[in-house]
Amino acid sequence: MTIIELLEGPLWTASLTIFAVLAIWRLGAILLSGRRRVEARPAGSPSAGAIRLIFGHFIPQKPFRRNGKVWFVTLAGYAFHLGLFAVLFFAAPHITFIHDNLIGLEWAALPRWGFIIAAEFAFIGLLALWIRRFVDPVVRLISRTDDHIVAGLTFLVMLSGCMALAQTVEVLRAIHLGLVEIWLIYFPFSSMMHTFTWPLSRGFTGARAGRRGTRM
Amino acid sequence: MIETKNKQQSQFDIQGDLPDAVRVTNAMEGFLSEFGPQASSYMNACIRCGLCAEACHFYLETGDAKYTPIHKVKPFEEAYHRTTGPFSWLAGLLGMAPAITLNELEEWEELIYDSCTLCGRCTLVCPMGIDIAELVKEARSGMYKAGLMPDRLAQITRNAESKHSPFGEPREFITAIRKIEKEFAIKLPVDKPKADLLLTLAPGDLEEHHASVHVLAKILDHLGIDWTLSSVAFEATNFGYLSGSTEVQSELTCRLIDKAREIGATTLLLPECGHAWGAARWEAARWYGAPIDDIRIMHTLELLAENITSGALKVKTVNDSASFHDPCQQIRRGGLVEAPRIIMKALGLELRELEDHGEASFCCGGGGGVLANARAEPLRLKAFDLKRRQFEATDADHFLTSCGQCRLQFDKGAKATDWDRHVESLLELVGRNMILK
Repeated sequence: MTIIELLEGPLWTASLTIFAVLAIWRLGAILLSGRRRVEARPAGSPSAGAIRLIFGHFIPQKPFRRNGKVWFVTLAGYAFHLGLFAVLFFAAPHITFIHDNLIGLEWAALPRWGFIIAAEFAFIGLLALWIRRFVDPVVRLISRTDDHIVAGLTFLVMLSGCMALAQTVEVLRAIHLGLVEIWLIYFPFSSMMHTFTWPLSRGFTGARAGRRGTRM
Repeated sequence: MIETKNKQQSQFDIQGDLPDAVRVTNAMEGFLSEFGPQASSYMNACIRCGLCAEACHFYLETGDAKYTPIHKVKPFEEAYHRTTGPFSWLAGLLGMAPAITLNELEEWEELIYDSCTLCGRCTLVCPMGIDIAELVKEARSGMYKAGLMPDRLAQITRNAESKHSPFGEPREFITAIRKIEKEFAIKLPVDKPKADLLLTLAPGDLEEHHASVHVLAKILDHLGIDWTLSSVAFEATNFGYLSGSTEVQSELTCRLIDKAREIGATTLLLPECGHAWGAARWEAARWYGAPIDDIRIMHTLELLAENITSGALKVKTVNDSASFHDPCQQIRRGGLVEAPRIIMKALGLELRELEDHGEASFCCGGGGGVLANARAEPLRLKAFDLKRRQFEATDADHFLTSCGQCRLQFDKGAKATDWDRHVESLLELVGRNMILK
């Protein structure tokens, strides 16, 4: 078995399984932890409050719309997340890989110029947020090793993916696949889990605010 | 009797003589004792973007990164991940013992008690919607059990526990009530065996804001309500809620609810106080295991707004301009944003809102027990300065609020900085302008 066969075969299956099992484990542990607090008689609707906060926090709240730092993080965050989403699900090699190795479905791919724009957005967003971790005193203080590992690993995955785009040099493809597998295994342990936990934290806070008849 | 040692230079106090390891264990157990899916989701959602700092009056006024709200729970967050988090079993297998130390907890005491007013403004800006104030409250539970809190707050909490109230014992309450009766030539009903409404008060009402008590009595009588005060259930403030002692919090809340039930009251009326509203209206159900459905826990703001709206309470128009400080626990965390505005509209006031108002309002700087914490005064004054600037920008005739603690914070701030303005009680303004039958 060649290295690329190993990476595309058993290692891919193993890393994907670890990712799925541990991500579900972490979400389950959150939802089943401790006990739910008995809440007061509601003054408003908890579910309406949850929905309002889940969607309302996609953009900065009114009091912070004149704050440069808030907009910087918001715009860099959207650039990174939307760019990564487009590259992850609409790059031609990814669609082929998903079709061949995962679900047997395929869809229209981004043209090459579209891929380049999406990748640039993702890189600019990621680097802007990562650099901020070093230069902003607040973020420097609160950043953990995990935050730097997440940013560095994601950067390497994206960089190796761009280098392997032509799919002509097998070693580049192997490096990209290997990095993706490390990324997948690390994902459930890291702050990347916010991919799945954000609706929970927003929802819980929104439900409490809704119950109290207030907006957060 | 708890012994109190003080290490002034380090900005932390320590109570009792527990061994270091026990303090650390107690802190963790206290922090995690009420943990459920909500707090767990917060612990697993933070992306360390630091935007919460942009909402915090203490960070904005000092520029010191250590006041970043999520940083205030850092030791507890680390301990959570290593002891009860989803992968704590792995930390155990790898021999990663909780890294938290007593020194770290001592260092964090100031961040948990002095520089957080539990105002919750940081939640507004958090992309993940994390209720950091709630996490700080959980951290206070741990710090209380560890005997690591400001001496003054510990002392007041002990008084609340042993002497019935931070204000004093029932006989001191009766003395204060007699004084108010004499001052205003009125008669206040105390300890009636049966009544429809149980009125509760805050220490500020009994010590300084006597006019608030007079106005409340006048309004209740005017509305024809059968009401009483109770010498054994008069204390609306809850220093268990502020200090982190869930036992004291529960005891103080249940005392009010149980008394109301005993006398057959259908309404428990809370005074112009912020955290009393949070502790009684929003947290009482925790101690009974079910929502309180037989008694309406009502805030003074609701009493005024509802009776003004129904026409039962009529007021003269004032025709001045006014600005209003929204108390965090009543408005952002309490859901009463409309009530004060209904009252001010009825008074004919031209409302000039502060730049940040309603649910976005900045805290006065004295909430969450910070006002009672003498060593936090320099920080409190910085937060006061932010509010002072916002109020001066409105150029309004009146600066109103509906919380006795906020009033005391503004009064102290004004005195310390020679500010010539005075914050007024919305309730007292209604009292001065109500039209009697």
